[in-house]
Amino acid sequence: MAVYELKPTKQPPLSERGAIAWIRHHLLSSPLNIFFTVLSLWLLYMIVPPMLNWFILDANFAGNSKADCGGGGACWVFIREKLKLFIYGFYPASELWRANLTMGLGALSIVLIALERTPRKLKVTLILLLPVVSYLLLSGGVFGLSHVETSKWGGLLLTLVISFVGIVASFPIGLLLALGRQSKLPIIKTLSVFYIELIRGVPLITLLFMASVVLPLFFPEGVDFDKLVRALIGITLFQAAYVAENIRGGLQAIAKGQYEAGSALGLTYWKQMRLVILPQAIKVAIPNLVGSFIALLMDTSLVMIIGLYDLLSTVTLASTDRDWLGMSTEGFVFVAIIYWILNFGMSRYSKSLENKLDTNNRN
Amino acid sequence: MLSLLRNEKVRGILYQLVTVMLFVLFLLYIGQNTMHNIEARGIKSGFGFLNTAAGFDITETPITFGHGSTNWDVFKVGLANTLIVSIYGILLTTILGLIIGVARLSKNWIISHLAAGYIEIFRNIPILLQILFWYNVVLAAMPSVRHSYSFFDSIFINQRGLFLPKPIFENGGWVIGVGVLLAVFGGWAVSRYAKKKLEDEGKEFPVLSVSLALLVLLPLLAYFIAGKPVHFDYPALKGFNFRGGKTFTPEFLALLFALSTYTAAYVAEAIRSGIEAVNKGQKEAASALGLAPMQSLKLVVLPQAIRISIPPIINQYLNLIKNSSLAAAIGFPELVTVFAGTSLNVTGQALEIIAITMLTYLLISLLVSLILNWFNKKMQIKER
Repeated sequence: MAVYELKPTKQPPLSERGAIAWIRHHLLSSPLNIFFTVLSLWLLYMIVPPMLNWFILDANFAGNSKADCGGGGACWVFIREKLKLFIYGFYPASELWRANLTMGLGALSIVLIALERTPRKLKVTLILLLPVVSYLLLSGGVFGLSHVETSKWGGLLLTLVISFVGIVASFPIGLLLALGRQSKLPIIKTLSVFYIELIRGVPLITLLFMASVVLPLFFPEGVDFDKLVRALIGITLFQAAYVAENIRGGLQAIAKGQYEAGSALGLTYWKQMRLVILPQAIKVAIPNLVGSFIALLMDTSLVMIIGLYDLLSTVTLASTDRDWLGMSTEGFVFVAIIYWILNFGMSRYSKSLENKLDTNNRN
Repeated sequence: MLSLLRNEKVRGILYQLVTVMLFVLFLLYIGQNTMHNIEARGIKSGFGFLNTAAGFDITETPITFGHGSTNWDVFKVGLANTLIVSIYGILLTTILGLIIGVARLSKNWIISHLAAGYIEIFRNIPILLQILFWYNVVLAAMPSVRHSYSFFDSIFINQRGLFLPKPIFENGGWVIGVGVLLAVFGGWAVSRYAKKKLEDEGKEFPVLSVSLALLVLLPLLAYFIAGKPVHFDYPALKGFNFRGGKTFTPEFLALLFALSTYTAAYVAEAIRSGIEAVNKGQKEAASALGLAPMQSLKLVVLPQAIRISIPPIINQYLNLIKNSSLAAAIGFPELVTVFAGTSLNVTGQALEIIAITMLTYLLISLLVSLILNWFNKKMQIKER
């Protein structure tokens, strides 16, 4: 009996597999495509080698003054010499450990909060405790720590402080505004809509101006906020409107049946929100929330215009130093890299969250 | 009484009454404090300052601004500059965003990754930093006036800005305007005709090429009919600077480039996500009907993708307008710089000036979103 043997499948021809096929399909599939490939290779050739030269090959790493920088490359000496200013601003040199400790604690808490396994109670405690501990550590005046005025805070430290406070403080306000906007009570709804649309319609800088020049007029004489607190109020008021819109997006994604089920169980409005609606709504809103936190981190650079010394403005300040004139390129590139790493990290984290949280129960 | 409290409606009214009362109390509180503070500090109040002389000069004035100009004129100049940079910015952003968005979706691996790199870099760096970079690094590296980059001896780039030839319309220049209007009307008529032809006879009509031809030929025809009523005013080096032509200052250029390159990254993302959001079944259906890839893109994918992309792109346009206020960092004289900055410092009337500024931005935002939402509604697929 003849057994029919299945012949082994032939491999595709050489031109249709491996690197050759990949190049044919992805780079050279048509004359137009070939043209674009050549064009982009030329573009890369024009951009990459000079950049590489400037960044590394011709760059100066050693030395401690402008005189040590020669050639056409970057002068990273400038960054190294001014690094303390860029990270801590004018924080007293003898107290730098406090700033370091704060940033370390902050980083540790963020990692703990980001981890899935951490119990929820610990996360909440951390979020509530961190601002208090950081403030006591940075500002001092208690436990034998010397007092450091907020005008001395600066650099990356200040950028992180402003972003963190902005994120934490705007969240509850935004949550209330989102609930208010979805509320059935007409006056509360109107007030929320009015606030949200007003804030979203104006640039942050006008709010910062308002916070820095108009806000002091609103309070009785003698009540005086320092500059940092005013900026924080402006940024929080601004961010709250955006947080509200993100959470509203989440609320709208929740099926009506969930609200009805909550009511059918006899839950009060607040219980219904806390136990049924918000856990789902916030989950849906998280990617957009992270997006608006990234925007906030970038927007903190605007405090420069009202005279605070955050990362960007310390760098601008340092590049006007008479001993280091002409170093603004290095400074700006340094700031850009720091922001880029922070933002890119956050957006990657949000992407992974999005995939993990996508339980696909929305039809 | 207690049973009344258990009624949801009654409770709702009660909550709202409390909210209104708290809100009014809050307003009264800050109102009173403000009045008191203004009096105590000797700040003037009211809008009289709008009619007093500004007492400072502005570098870029699209509308007349001179010695006796008032703070109201300052406001108008600032607003005009904001609008001008926004309009240029939106145009440039749209073009750049389209190119990058399409490149991002290209089948060519290098092109699509170059576009992705562009998007990731520009989106993740603060816009203020980008504005400062363009101003302090890129444009500051331009040559001095005497060593300007020159193109065809009519376009010049140097530290003082960009100098372009400016068309000057003489008597009869209006004929060209009529030509342009006719061309636009013609384009509209052609598209109507093409649609009718497609519906009645099932035949396609080359709308794009015909309308483009109209748009080029009609004004050109008008130009010759009217006896060449246009000449160009070329910038020329006189003394220490260029005179004549159209000048764009470095402040304007830095703001414009930074805003458009930054916003373009977002527009490109909106276009990409719009195209990717079109259901896969649509593309499959198109190829099952025997449409070629280009046809499927043009007739099936793009019409749906554009509708998804429009709302986020509208948002980006609004962001661009709001971000133009960052010009305060480089001193381009737009609304925030001159009015909420200089005028505020001179007059000290913070409350009024900030209120006017915020209201203006709010009105611009509302107006733009009204117009664009109307456009968006018109573009939506009409369902039964």
